[in-house]
Amino acid sequence: MLRTFFSFLLCLPLAAAVHAASPGATTAHRDGYQVDIHEFRFQPAQLVVPAGAHVTWTNRDEEPHIVVSAGNGFASSPALDTGDRYTATFAKPGTYTYFCSIHPQMVGTIVVK
Amino acid sequence: MNDDHRDDNTRTPSRRRFLECMAWAGAGALWMVQGGVAQARLLGAAGDGTPAPAASFGFVQISDSHLGFHKAPNPDPVRSLRETIARINALPQRPDFILHTGDLTHLSKPEEFDTVAELLKEAKTGQVFYVPGEHDVIGDNGKAFFARFGHGANGGGWYSFDHGGVHFVALINVLNLQPGGLGFLGADQLAWLKRDLAGLSDSTPIVLFAHMPMWSLYPAWGWGTQDAAEALALLKRFGSVTVLNGHVHQIQQQVEGQVTFYTARSTAYPQPPPGAAATPGPLQDLPAGDLRHAIGLREVRHVRGAQPIAVTDRALD
Ligand SMILES: [Cu+2]
Repeated sequence: MLRTFFSFLLCLPLAAAVHAASPGATTAHRDGYQVDIHEFRFQPAQLVVPAGAHVTWTNRDEEPHIVVSAGNGFASSPALDTGDRYTATFAKPGTYTYFCSIHPQMVGTIVVK
Repeated sequence: MNDDHRDDNTRTPSRRRFLECMAWAGAGALWMVQGGVAQARLLGAAGDGTPAPAASFGFVQISDSHLGFHKAPNPDPVRSLRETIARINALPQRPDFILHTGDLTHLSKPEEFDTVAELLKEAKTGQVFYVPGEHDVIGDNGKAFFARFGHGANGGGWYSFDHGGVHFVALINVLNLQPGGLGFLGADQLAWLKRDLAGLSDSTPIVLFAHMPMWSLYPAWGWGTQDAAEALALLKRFGSVTVLNGHVHQIQQQVEGQVTFYTARSTAYPQPPPGAAATPGPLQDLPAGDLRHAIGLREVRHVRGAQPIAVTDRALD
């Protein structure tokens, strides 16, 4: 199948399509901790925050992602399209694992001290 | 370079390139599956006119329509799905039904589901059978999807039916996913599958369809189903098993014993081959005209009394 793919590349005209990835404008927002969702990864994959912290995820991919708590430790996000944000508040200390239910290979952890 | 062969050397590359382009841009590859071993035969651009072997029936697989997607390389997946349906309606032999192997929508929105339902009413086939992709079950574990596109009263959404002597099984592998995991069937579904297959003779041809690949195509990108081996163990005794999946927006194929696995193109946009890019996201840098070579439909024919199931992939161009 790789061969087929490269055959396909041979068929492309030389002009390259121009595509500018434009993640949503980053405007200042409320104090808190940030997790970027970029290239199908949560960045940072592990974030340590104090109790009561707000954590905001921002999808900087062209693909939609979701923040889903493993074991219902916090409310899951709706689908986040490009540039969308989601904020959750972590009141209690603990380790909160989450993942993207569209791409379950994407896993992250919030450690609340 | 060898002077004696200068003519060949100057002529061959363009000729080869032409043939390869025809292979992609033409009607696709015709797969004949015999005794579990698939052999590819290339169809020319006039493949639509190629006489098909006498089939007892045929059906079409489409996949990954992603209505609601609105970016490069396909800002208009409504149009490409509509064109795909027009191609289905123009097939020389009318398919008995369509299988849609999931990701009807991009974000599980009601208006996206509405549009899919409206568009597929234009298909001149008996029925459309659906399974959900992970994009169809966002936020509600598939409630909206099953209410609209579900078949049968089965609680988990899986189902089976018989057609022309072939047993079709629709599996759901996009729910109850675990962090770091792949597609997932679950114990309830596997127990149902065991009961469903119990009464069938070993010679019954089986066509199993589900959204995510049922083999380990590329686990690093989540392209597999973690408990697929348990389902395949139940299928071992059958002489002919064809597994049709979507999810990866490209044609991939694998043969394991009597089981042949295929993934289909999307009707919306292609994704990179396993590991060929940083992420499995859409292949965006396609010049406008070339998108049509990378999306399309799959025609499947079954000949009664013969093992081969012929699979023909047709790009829009
Ligand atoms: Cu994701």
